[in-house]
Amino acid sequence: MSSKVGIDEILETVDMIAYKHLNIRTVTLGLNVLDAASPSPGVTRRRVVEKMLHEAGGLAEAVDEISGEYGIEIVNSRIALTPLAIVTAPLVASVDGARAKEELVELAKEIDGIAGDIGIDLVGGYGALVHKGETVADRVLIASIPDALTSTGRICSSINVADTRSGINVDAIAMLGHVISEVGKRSPEGHGAACARLMVLANAPEDNPFMAGGFHGLGSADKVVNVGVSGPAVLLAAIRNAPDLDLRGMAELVKRTAFKITRLGELVGREIALRIGAEFGAVDLSLAPAPAPNESVARILEAMGVESMGLPGSVGALMILVDSIKKGGVMAASRTGGFSGAFIPVSEDPGMSAAVSNGTLTISGLLALTAVSATGLDMVPIPGDTPPDVISSLILDQVAIGVAVDKSVGVRLIPVPGAKPGDKVNFGGLFGEGVVVDVPHEGSGPLLARGGRVPPSLLTLRN
Amino acid sequence: MQRENGKIVITVLGKDRVGIVAGISRILAGHKVNILDLASTKMEDVFVMVVLADLSGADVSIAGLREELYREADRIKVEVMVHHYDVFKAMQRV
Repeated sequence: MSSKVGIDEILETVDMIAYKHLNIRTVTLGLNVLDAASPSPGVTRRRVVEKMLHEAGGLAEAVDEISGEYGIEIVNSRIALTPLAIVTAPLVASVDGARAKEELVELAKEIDGIAGDIGIDLVGGYGALVHKGETVADRVLIASIPDALTSTGRICSSINVADTRSGINVDAIAMLGHVISEVGKRSPEGHGAACARLMVLANAPEDNPFMAGGFHGLGSADKVVNVGVSGPAVLLAAIRNAPDLDLRGMAELVKRTAFKITRLGELVGREIALRIGAEFGAVDLSLAPAPAPNESVARILEAMGVESMGLPGSVGALMILVDSIKKGGVMAASRTGGFSGAFIPVSEDPGMSAAVSNGTLTISGLLALTAVSATGLDMVPIPGDTPPDVISSLILDQVAIGVAVDKSVGVRLIPVPGAKPGDKVNFGGLFGEGVVVDVPHEGSGPLLARGGRVPPSLLTLRN
Repeated sequence: MQRENGKIVITVLGKDRVGIVAGISRILAGHKVNILDLASTKMEDVFVMVVLADLSGADVSIAGLREELYREADRIKVEVMVHHYDVFKAMQRV
């Protein structure tokens, strides 16, 4: 193959970038802040802030520079911190319970303010890893989430409640049903939008560039750049232009297209890491949808031949799509990470919202799709009066799928006060417009009330 | 992937008319941007020109050049885009 890129290839590439909105969704700097830990709340805050300023102060500028040099849009610059329930454990141990909670909220506000000053869109890591039980600090942080999320605009919270090797922490899931319900009620905009910054996970990836689930994993180096790409419109156009391909041909087309999209993430991620003196971590192969007509994974499935997203055949189509994206993407990235599948958020993806509106996509259909997608019940607006134990029951179903299939899943449910199924809700910006999904008013309260933790899955016994 | 410092691709799209090539090349020459290759084609009735250029001896940054080309594109009523050559190599070569 000639090494010089020909005019047809140049025009194909320009078409993807200029007319199919191919861009880099996020450059996320994972930052270790374990060294900020201190019994003193003031010292903890100061150390976290200094670290952010020192290590991430130049991120937004580097992102702008690279974007200008390459001619590629980079939508978000983000930071993922070490889970703060771990960092603040000495602080929580040194002050009494009620004050500890206030101090954590102060820390969240301080981080939120600094992030704004240095041009960072979202900061992940206001979270805890409780898949095998909660520490005192974990409980304080979880209790502080409603205050922290409703008094900030950039802070993202993620709680890992299950993993294949440890089992499922049902006590934490029961707590989080109440937390999500409260965040929904107290969201300052009045329609639950702060819940978009709260994700409950199973098998949480430690190098996830996407929010709200991103945090800096404990096994990572000090400073790591992870990248998420967009590109559903590129894939949609490719499939729409090939109505006669058989499934083998279509799989090949998706592979080739995913390779090209992912390569852009690899190129940009490597350059930014180099420029800010960080390690280059991973590219998340998932194609992030966006609130624009063709930036939709649901529309891709429909172009493949599903009559409307959510109808029988959708799980099969999504499986074919995700499998081919992985096969193309893995060759293009020197290291894959994050969720690396396909996101199917109800809000954010206009095709998903439309499918809820026209009745083909239901909560059960969504759950079934998550067996083969990345994330899970993601950005799903539900009626605000959904009881907390129903929210927890939905989380239990979702993380059970994650554990049984041994994959990463994340839940973002958004109880919208006063909303009825079918109502439209706009969450603003990348979070997009969603349609409220009908959920039952009863779940498995008595099952949750049994309490405790589900033992590890049999999949663990591999030694 | 071997990085190609300074190589850029300028893509121009518009209705075929007198002065497109002249308008773009005048700006490139003014900044000592070396044209390495130039190709043009027609897509339906749209004139498409692709210029591979080297910025390493030039007195302008990619961002600065892009701004000037945008202004010229406005004047001669075409669309112009400037990307680093590495983007094309990354996406089109294994």
